[in-house]
Amino acid sequence: MDSPLQSLPLFMLGPVPIMAVLVLGAALLTRRLTLVPSKTQAAAELLVSTVDGQIRDVTGAAPAPYRAFVGTLFVFILIANWSSLIPGVTPPTATMETPAALAALVFLSIIWFGVRGGGVGGFLRGFALPNPVMIPLNMLESVTRSFSMFVRLFGNVMSGVFVIAIVGSLAALLVPIPLMVLDLLTGAVQAYIFAVLSMVFITSAVEKGKPRPAPQIEES
Amino acid sequence: MDYVNIVSIFCAAFAVSFGALGPALAEGRAVAAAMDAIARQPEAANTISRTLFVGLAMIETTAIYCLVIALLLLFANPMMP
Repeated sequence: MDSPLQSLPLFMLGPVPIMAVLVLGAALLTRRLTLVPSKTQAAAELLVSTVDGQIRDVTGAAPAPYRAFVGTLFVFILIANWSSLIPGVTPPTATMETPAALAALVFLSIIWFGVRGGGVGGFLRGFALPNPVMIPLNMLESVTRSFSMFVRLFGNVMSGVFVIAIVGSLAALLVPIPLMVLDLLTGAVQAYIFAVLSMVFITSAVEKGKPRPAPQIEES
Repeated sequence: MDYVNIVSIFCAAFAVSFGALGPALAEGRAVAAAMDAIARQPEAANTISRTLFVGLAMIETTAIYCLVIALLLLFANPMMP
């Protein structure tokens, strides 16, 4: 059996078809936007408002600045995970490169949004919270949490594909289907978690960077 | 068969088995607590189950780490000839 940890040159195309489908679909959907939505437009609006509602529920932040990045992450990972349903397609998130690239994007966007929210000084001051002793730990954490997002996504999707491959090599007819259903659930949950975690990390960086109101001393 | 192969296969099985043990217990506790909370407060079921899913996936990650280590031992072992 081939090692799941190395990607074959055959699959180097990886996420490109999914990106093409997403970009084309978005372009086609938004070309003719009407005030009274058609069915497809209503579905797209439902997706966007769901993403907005989740962002607001999970972090309490206004969703507008984060909608594009987090929503794209969610939709892309969801379609990438579910692309394993097409026969012969290995989901790009089951190889190491795509989750690593996504986690690197999240790492960079935490810095970007943090600097945009509180300035360079505010963002760097966020590392010294709650006190300066924590600076090395906070710097280490900012790397390891991105790394753990990478391993989480890769490990979950890869293990699903791997288990299906093993079961399919033992009994190929109908037996892997329950596992594939479980794989659908795992794929959706992992996409959701990736988006939610990146959202939580981004807003925590933004919140830490904000200038704090001076502590009010109560006179008694 | 080489000595390194035997040890790596044994250690991979060891890592997966004991790496599955802890997260299984933890997930059981988490689900039990969430069920308890939903039974007490059914109107908060949405929030609770969303948080539960996120928490379960975080817990499951530790088992996935063990699986990745086991696959590294089996397929990408630097010691293996």
